[in-house]
Amino acid sequence: MEIKVLGPGCPKCHEAEKIVREVVAETGVDASVVKVSDFQQIAQMGVFATPAVAVNGEVKCVGKVPTKAEIAAWINR
Amino acid sequence: MSGSCCAKGDEVMILACSGGSNVGQLTNQAAVELTREGFGKMFCLAGIGGGLKGFVKSAQGTPRVVVLDGCPVGCAKAILEREEIPLKSYIVVTDLGIEKNKDRQLAVNDEDLAKVKVAGKAAASLNNETSRPSCCGSGKSC
Repeated sequence: MEIKVLGPGCPKCHEAEKIVREVVAETGVDASVVKVSDFQQIAQMGVFATPAVAVNGEVKCVGKVPTKAEIAAWINR
Repeated sequence: MSGSCCAKGDEVMILACSGGSNVGQLTNQAAVELTREGFGKMFCLAGIGGGLKGFVKSAQGTPRVVVLDGCPVGCAKAILEREEIPLKSYIVVTDLGIEKNKDRQLAVNDEDLAKVKVAGKAAASLNNETSRPSCCGSGKSC
């Protein structure tokens, strides 16, 4: 499983990445977490506002830091 | 999207039908100019129409979305309804007293263009939610 955290690098984006990594560690799921800060790549995914999170290429969340419960639900499906 | 920070959560997303008529092209040109003027940002309605998840999720998660349709056929409106995106700020160009013609010249009249831009701005202002998230987003899009 690949989880992408999309955001240029402001505090909210860092927070989103941190929470995603925490959930991956806590759940023990086999997932790689990738931070994407390139605007072209972010735009190609159709993301209008950041931070955003995509799981296996599917955008799950746009414009906010997701909660741990939300992230857990996405990766446990 | 700004290069220095996250995109602002209170950004206005502008979706134009961009249809093949004078009024459709008026929506497109209005969206282009409103973007250039910094009022909001034109976004790909085609991406939403194609059901591309990132585009759909972005539209669902953006509090301020202005939809510009050229005529009562309402193609843009139909796309949003199919993807269950709330229609908050909505303009139909022919409702502004601008006639749809079938001359296929697709000419955009400056006076009509100004009228569409004013209507788009007004619609966005009327539906400006009090719970606008701050920079870097605290919206409820997930």
